[in-house]
Amino acid sequence: MNAIIFSAVWGVVMMSGGAFLKNKNAIRYLAIAGAGLLLAVNILEMYMSSQGNHYLNIDTKRMLVFETFGLLANCIAFASTLLYFLLSSKDIDRAGPNGADYFALIFFVLCGVSLVTSYNNLLMLFIGIEILSIPLYILTGSSKRNLKSNEASLKYFLMGAFSTGIMLLGIAFLYGASKTGSFFLDDIGVGKFPPTPLFIFGLLLMIVSLSFKVSAAPFHFWTPDVYDGSPTVFTSFMATVVKGAAFIAFIRLFGNSFMDAQPKWQLVIAIITAATLFIGNITAVFQQSVKRMLAYSSIAQVGFMLFAILSMKTMAQEGIILYIAAYSLATIGIFAILARMTDHTFEGFNGLAKKQPVLAAVNTVFLLSLAGIPLTAGFFAKYYMLAAAIQTGKYFWLVIFAVLCAAVSVYYYFRVIQAMYFKEGEPHQIEASTGFKAVLVMVAVLIVLLGIFPQWLIDRLYTIFI
Amino acid sequence: MIPVLLIAVPLLSGLAGFFIRNGNSAKNWSLLTSIVIVAVSVFGLTVDKSASSLHFEAEWLPSLGSKFSVALDGMSQILSLLTAVSFPIIFIATYRTDYKNAKNFYALMLLSQAGLMGVFVSVDALLFYFFWELALVPVYFLSSIWGGERRIQATFKFFIYTFVGSLLMLVGIIYLYLHTKNLSFALADFYSLHSFISPQDQGWLFWLFFIAFAIKMPIFPFHTWQPDVYEQSPTAVTMVLSGIMVKMGLFGLMRWLGPVLPQGTWVWGDTASALCIIGMIYASLIAIRQDDLKRLVAYSSIAHISLMCLAVFATTQIGLQGVMIQMFNHGINIIALWIVVDLIERQMGTRKISELGGLAQKAPALAILLVIVALANVALPLTNAFVGEFLMFSGIYTSTATKYNVVFTVTAGISIILSAVYMLNMIQKVFLGGTNALTEKAKDIQWNEKIILGAIVILIVVIGIYPQPVLELTKTTVEGILAKMSYKF
Repeated sequence: MNAIIFSAVWGVVMMSGGAFLKNKNAIRYLAIAGAGLLLAVNILEMYMSSQGNHYLNIDTKRMLVFETFGLLANCIAFASTLLYFLLSSKDIDRAGPNGADYFALIFFVLCGVSLVTSYNNLLMLFIGIEILSIPLYILTGSSKRNLKSNEASLKYFLMGAFSTGIMLLGIAFLYGASKTGSFFLDDIGVGKFPPTPLFIFGLLLMIVSLSFKVSAAPFHFWTPDVYDGSPTVFTSFMATVVKGAAFIAFIRLFGNSFMDAQPKWQLVIAIITAATLFIGNITAVFQQSVKRMLAYSSIAQVGFMLFAILSMKTMAQEGIILYIAAYSLATIGIFAILARMTDHTFEGFNGLAKKQPVLAAVNTVFLLSLAGIPLTAGFFAKYYMLAAAIQTGKYFWLVIFAVLCAAVSVYYYFRVIQAMYFKEGEPHQIEASTGFKAVLVMVAVLIVLLGIFPQWLIDRLYTIFI
Repeated sequence: MIPVLLIAVPLLSGLAGFFIRNGNSAKNWSLLTSIVIVAVSVFGLTVDKSASSLHFEAEWLPSLGSKFSVALDGMSQILSLLTAVSFPIIFIATYRTDYKNAKNFYALMLLSQAGLMGVFVSVDALLFYFFWELALVPVYFLSSIWGGERRIQATFKFFIYTFVGSLLMLVGIIYLYLHTKNLSFALADFYSLHSFISPQDQGWLFWLFFIAFAIKMPIFPFHTWQPDVYEQSPTAVTMVLSGIMVKMGLFGLMRWLGPVLPQGTWVWGDTASALCIIGMIYASLIAIRQDDLKRLVAYSSIAHISLMCLAVFATTQIGLQGVMIQMFNHGINIIALWIVVDLIERQMGTRKISELGGLAQKAPALAILLVIVALANVALPLTNAFVGEFLMFSGIYTSTATKYNVVFTVTAGISIILSAVYMLNMIQKVFLGGTNALTEKAKDIQWNEKIILGAIVILIVVIGIYPQPVLELTKTTVEGILAKMSYKF
């Protein structure tokens, strides 16, 4: 609850800050402080609820439920945002004429994030998804004079509105199918009554609309264009925090309501997973622009995350937390560097290791993590997903397929490493202050630490004390 | 504590190496480190043989059931000794080579040594997988940065090949892990699995592991990365790859495949053996036709490794003993061959056999040393490889695990004859005959190369005459492996 209120309030603070503060640096520091406070407030709530009391007790009539899983997902989202602000706040400021408003919009997105990680009622899911999405349409189009940015914004808006419509239809079907006439997650599940065609149809519509949101194939078509068209800083935010939150929403819905109907939808999810892995990985191979490659790679990573929904075991829940953290850290890092570069093609990275050895080294860590090489967080993230899928005892073909796709992913991630280290070239000047580098090194160290001790994060699901 | 030191010393020293400013001090620093590691390894081999010092265990991921547990038994002793001994040899032999950014080169070399040591000593499947990959990454960077003209494509192919293999192995490891009673990655728990996993499941699990190991060794249809990478890598890295890294595959077979999945191994052993046989003959025939010295040695290595793999699947005491000793022998012999190739290339600027000739007149010391190494490669009596190959042949011939033991022995014998053909042919064309305009200017080898090649030749002869200590060392390990592998139904 704290996070929902705080992020909404801070969004308003940022807006008025933009009106009163003339100094751009002050606005940036205000945003960074906001993200830090948001994280602190959320951790405090985790701590308090583990003690069994709340200092801000608002009766939500069980429409929102605050469990450790959702709160930990919040923590990851807020910590990612904090790092994102530390790395890219200057670039956010530069993305368009209304710097402070962009920060405000990001805080509103975070409000939506904390709603979708804690909903217990389909209406709350809908509201959360909307609060999450609408600021993003604006952020996507923030580069006003850029045609591609405008196109991306419109495309995103139309696709987003379409998928929200499908979600509403799905919610309506599920509501109709539940005997009690209720939107609560515990009531719409199939366990209490045999599945009716109405229920199955509603379920399918929910799968479609949530697949839209997490950009799983075959509902991924908007992703490359939107990620490529919007200003690079905002792509970073969309691909990490927002995608992670949409995934948590996905998992909460299926874990809480549709567990008993698992045999009905497992095959559908398996097919979506296979398609996502295939399309994401194969298309990424052919990209010439690193930014577009990362858009497809984010689809490919979603393919792996879908294993969590496929299996729905404890291991999957633990794993998805780690996966979102690993993926967000690495992606934010890469995008922070990419946002400072003028040339977004692979050739733009040629010879970077000579000019900027620190940036090249940390970028290598990020890419290795995305590829899932041991000693990085990405390895254990993939490990958990594969283990969860093998645990189901079925879908072994999918595991082997995923593994082969992971090998394909090495190809495009390593092209960047090859460009940086093995090829000669004159990269454009990159503006990288010592502070920027220090934060990047910190992110890289965090990735390596999570790659050696993933338990450190996962154990927080069960006990918040270290 | 000794296995921990074997990993930690090169790891920490390698990480420190990135911060040494001067290339020459980095070179000396890594040489010093590698000698310290030899000392540690020899210490564990001779002085302190108590179980407590050869075994170490610490909590790592308690809720996953994985521990940081490392141990040295006969097989890992001999392979870690090989790893320890090879690095100073490599550093001294290539002492005169100048690298751009030398500090990074030497630091990555030490990191790869740490990874290799980790593979050989870990007795926890997840830890093993970690080190398996960690040995690969530094080598990838080494070859891609300091390699030859086509280095990027060649090493990339190598990386993707081995990565596919190791991911398949990871799937296998997770599957086995989920079937252990107490969800643990410990080797001992894996060893008790065989009666709980049906022979059908063992069959496909066998392939998940075997493909990973076969790519590393490499065995016939998975070998295509190897000649290119050996040719394109800087010689020091080629030595690591061919001398030590290929042993990871053999080691994996004997530690993580055969004893863990005895029924799968028994069912598919003949198929794998057939691949080995095809590889041996095929690689030997190609080696005869090679004009490039590096590619010749590369193909001859495929043939030799295939023979060792064949002997593993024969599952006999004498054959496995042969593999153990031959893994060490092959390591030092092939490093010696690479040293000679590197010397010739640096002096003459070419590796083409057809452009060389008459080197024996100009460089007699080199010629004598090379002939001994080459004869060892052909497994002539009195050399170390004779002991290993003799044991392996007896093992394959007396094998009861296969019906085709006679066929395998005869075909393997043919490949040894072929190896004599290409090695002697090479000596004849490169060292004998008249000199030409290019080899007229050749000089004999210098002190560091003399010491190293001399030391290797002494090792070759000593092990060839008195192999008993090595055989004693691995005896109990081999008996343990056999006891687990002979469990059939």
